[in-house]
Amino acid sequence: MSEGAANQRIDTVAALRDAAITTLLAFGLFLPLIGFQTVTNIRNELELDTRWPLLFSIVAVVGVARLAYSFLLAPWLERIKQRPVATTTPAWRTSFGKWFVPFCIGFVIVYPVIIIAATGYGGALKWVDNFGIQILIYVMLGWGLNIVVGLAGLLDLGYVAFYAVGAYAYALLAKEFGFSFWILLPLAGVMSSFWGILLGFPVLRLRGDYLAIVTLAFGEIIRIVLVNWVDVTNGYAGISGIPRPSFFGIPFNANDDGFAATFGLEFSPIYRTIFLYYLILALAFLTAFVTVRLRRLPVGRAWEALREDEIACRSLGINTTHTKLTAFGMGAMFAGFAGSFFAARQGFISPESFTFLESATILAIVVLGGMGSQIGVAIAAIAMIGGTEIMRELEFLKAIFGESFDPTQYRMLLFGFAMVIIMVLRPRGLISHRAPSVFLKEPKPVPVDLVKQGHG
Amino acid sequence: MEVFLQQLINGITLGSIYGLIAIGYTMVFGIIGMVNFAHGDVFMVAAFVALVAFLILTTWLGVSSIAVALFVVLIVAMLFTSLVNWIIERLAYRPLRGSFRLAPLISAIGMSIFLSNFVQVSQGPRNKAIPPMVQGEFVLLTHNDYAVTLSFKQLIIWGVTAVLLVCFWYLVARTRLGRAQRACEQDQRMAALVGVNVDQTISLTFVIAAALAAVAGTMYLMYYGVVSFSDGFVPGVKAFTAAVLGGIGSLPGAVIGGLLIGLIETMWSAYFSIDYKDVAAFSVLAITLIFLPQGLFGRPDVEKV
Amino acid sequence: MTIAGDILLRVEHLTMRFGGLVAVDDLSFEARQGEITALIGPNGAGKTTVFNCITGFYKPSEGRLGLCHGDAAIWSELDALTDSGKRGITRGDNGLYLLERMPDYLVTQNARVARTFQNIRLFPGMTVLENLLVAQHNALMVASGYTLFGIFGLPSYHRAEHASIEKARDWLNRVGLIHRADDPAGDLPYGDQRRLEIARAMCTDPVLLCLDEPAAGLNPRESAQLNELLKSIGNEHGISILLIEHDMSVVMEISDHVVVLDYGIKISDGAPDVVRNDPKVIAAYLGVPDHEVEKVGAEIGL
Repeated sequence: MSEGAANQRIDTVAALRDAAITTLLAFGLFLPLIGFQTVTNIRNELELDTRWPLLFSIVAVVGVARLAYSFLLAPWLERIKQRPVATTTPAWRTSFGKWFVPFCIGFVIVYPVIIIAATGYGGALKWVDNFGIQILIYVMLGWGLNIVVGLAGLLDLGYVAFYAVGAYAYALLAKEFGFSFWILLPLAGVMSSFWGILLGFPVLRLRGDYLAIVTLAFGEIIRIVLVNWVDVTNGYAGISGIPRPSFFGIPFNANDDGFAATFGLEFSPIYRTIFLYYLILALAFLTAFVTVRLRRLPVGRAWEALREDEIACRSLGINTTHTKLTAFGMGAMFAGFAGSFFAARQGFISPESFTFLESATILAIVVLGGMGSQIGVAIAAIAMIGGTEIMRELEFLKAIFGESFDPTQYRMLLFGFAMVIIMVLRPRGLISHRAPSVFLKEPKPVPVDLVKQGHG
Repeated sequence: MEVFLQQLINGITLGSIYGLIAIGYTMVFGIIGMVNFAHGDVFMVAAFVALVAFLILTTWLGVSSIAVALFVVLIVAMLFTSLVNWIIERLAYRPLRGSFRLAPLISAIGMSIFLSNFVQVSQGPRNKAIPPMVQGEFVLLTHNDYAVTLSFKQLIIWGVTAVLLVCFWYLVARTRLGRAQRACEQDQRMAALVGVNVDQTISLTFVIAAALAAVAGTMYLMYYGVVSFSDGFVPGVKAFTAAVLGGIGSLPGAVIGGLLIGLIETMWSAYFSIDYKDVAAFSVLAITLIFLPQGLFGRPDVEKV
Repeated sequence: MTIAGDILLRVEHLTMRFGGLVAVDDLSFEARQGEITALIGPNGAGKTTVFNCITGFYKPSEGRLGLCHGDAAIWSELDALTDSGKRGITRGDNGLYLLERMPDYLVTQNARVARTFQNIRLFPGMTVLENLLVAQHNALMVASGYTLFGIFGLPSYHRAEHASIEKARDWLNRVGLIHRADDPAGDLPYGDQRRLEIARAMCTDPVLLCLDEPAAGLNPRESAQLNELLKSIGNEHGISILLIEHDMSVVMEISDHVVVLDYGIKISDGAPDVVRNDPKVIAAYLGVPDHEVEKVGAEIGL
């Protein structure tokens, strides 16, 4: 009893000391860039402003947070660690697992209906577009990159290049030759796939981080070419007036032969948005379906084997060159599909949409989701993209922080922060089991600690 | 010929800056085998700290001696940036040491996004321009109205880089810390068993890397007189290219790689196309990794069966 | 069809240099069909390098590595094949291959030489069954119409997959791992991993199985089980085995033919009994010059 009390007292001293050190460090850390602000005055000279109140409040918050960690969070984490680990999965979890995926699929299918019911036609546009379509694009890109990174273990930091190839292929061919979306969609996929294989060739021998850096370089080279090859791509200004997809030949406009008129509806932009929503949903499902199928085929197993041990693969007669190239090609194909959808949805594309940040975001989604896990990738995409989108909606924060506070500014700041935090807390991502592709008696999930992350 | 000479001077200057950043990449990769993606942004943060320090000195304290100002700015930038990188290592990388291979990489990318956005939010998205710190130049030769010049600021960059490299070389080659670093590079567990404080050694590696990046950041600010929150990425990638070209893990390699990248970039801009100058750097990166993955001075990585 | 005793593998003048180091120097030996050939020698003698040359992981600096499928009569075409520059020829069921010309995966795929590794190389994050299916990659690849039929779920692929699962089941029964079929390979104890690696190699349908220290790290009971397994692979399937091993109880009991290497040079070649009593071999293992063998042997009571 008295011993416990003594421990408690020592903890308090240590916690206070930690908090003091943390506060001091935070002060040092934030002093130059938060304590001072560089502003340009009327004469276009740089001047300094001070922000002492802001600096001290941030430092105070950090100090208090450190105290809260010591007194509240750390003991709680300790208790969790000491709690006996359940060896059998509780019943609610298995049934949860069984129904979770069908429930999700059902939900995304009826999502636009729910939104329209909740917010009416006018309000639904934003929710279907910014949240539905935007997130689904990243889900699809995540699933596509998952083939390359999650299954084959090939670290690709230039994935956005293939997204760009798909987008520009659609934009240029649709504007130049007037081909329809449905012809150009597969064509864009094929072209991206071709580029994926082409860029895959030189990097076959590379491993790990080196592969990541070279793919990054390729991605940047493609972007710089898009910026500078003005004759074709119109440079930074981008390509506008890209034809929108039609509903199997019926355009979405206010004309008499438009979608609304044909079906006797009142014209509203929401129809096109809903159509685009189901289009990207179908494309994402296609990606998931193909991936699920491929995992059970020899090519998919060879990808996973490649991730586990490349030399062992070669000793079993697997042509690792072909295996890697099919992974690059397949991953790039889905990026091409997504790219042509993106161009068709926006009606405008420019190199700004295909920066390294996009590649990093997609890779982060794959890794945060738990490599190779489709459901994990989807959850990560919802959390990361939905999370940053929701920042746009936090207008009420202005009431707290004043009118000049703009929550959207902090989107990427928090995005980067979240990437670090999630990695520190769950280095293997959200889903920490690998589902076996085949089983004799019963499928047992493979603990992710055993799964390699590939060296190539 | 004159153009070539001028570009040579410019290239060496740029290359010195790249080299200083490249050392940070190569040291961190050497010791914990990770590409510290945020290092370019640490360099950018350093340039901003230098900017703030410079403004405090000149506009508030009215320091008129440029030499004093530059010296103080350099010290302040090195101190603060070291602190920043030390904290980054503690928070974002140390918990992931010995974890899965991709986790530190993603964490570093997240940190890179965080840093550039932190500066954007706290200091605003606009370019920050300051009046030239150092003016004046030597005219080396004049031919057909084309003057080949060596500016004072270029001379300062050469001088500071050279002095720092000597100090740094001494630190790594001759001191206890340097030996501890090399021991950790070989085998962290074994180093710990023979009494090396691995955590401390790695922390100090990040601190040194940051200090050198801070020097690069200060020099960058002085040379170009302008900095923005997005200035971390491209110099970062180029410095990484330099580290790879020199052979990652090799310190002299990083410096020579930096000079080569600086020269390639300025020559390319002068003789081919300034629009595609980044393509040149990225292509060098890709070509080096594909055909000479061990770089110029690195140890070849032999595939064990 | 297969006549035991016919030459299966013919290694001629194999030399492998790494920079200035000669790891294998002008090595020639033969392995016969249906026999177990052991390659022994002190540490660093170049045994694994020979394996890596045979299985295509290294390209030999010099030498010819001929492998024959089926009727040994096809050996008569060896010189013609060498001159032709081709990797191999087939005559109906019979074939002749030059392994030094083939990349590693083709050595397994076409020449049907399978191998295991000194430091076990399983796919730890895949289940035991998946490991065995990956080994049947090439057969399944054809059955899945190079993925095309498989993706549409055609029945022909399902049949092929079912057959390959049956084959895996068969091998799991033989190595006693059937109860672990759905467990991750990385979870198995060491001895089981060794046996799984052999089963996986066997699933590639080899004519020659190269085992790199299969008994390393096994306890005596597991070692005895391994002996039985290897003998049955030789007897029941007519598959030849090339074996690197330090455990002399394994080597002497199961091998038909022993080749001894020291510093990359062959110092002895013959039946186990002959090799066992060869003074050169004893000298190599004791690490003393030939003329001191008797003296040192007497000292240690040999």
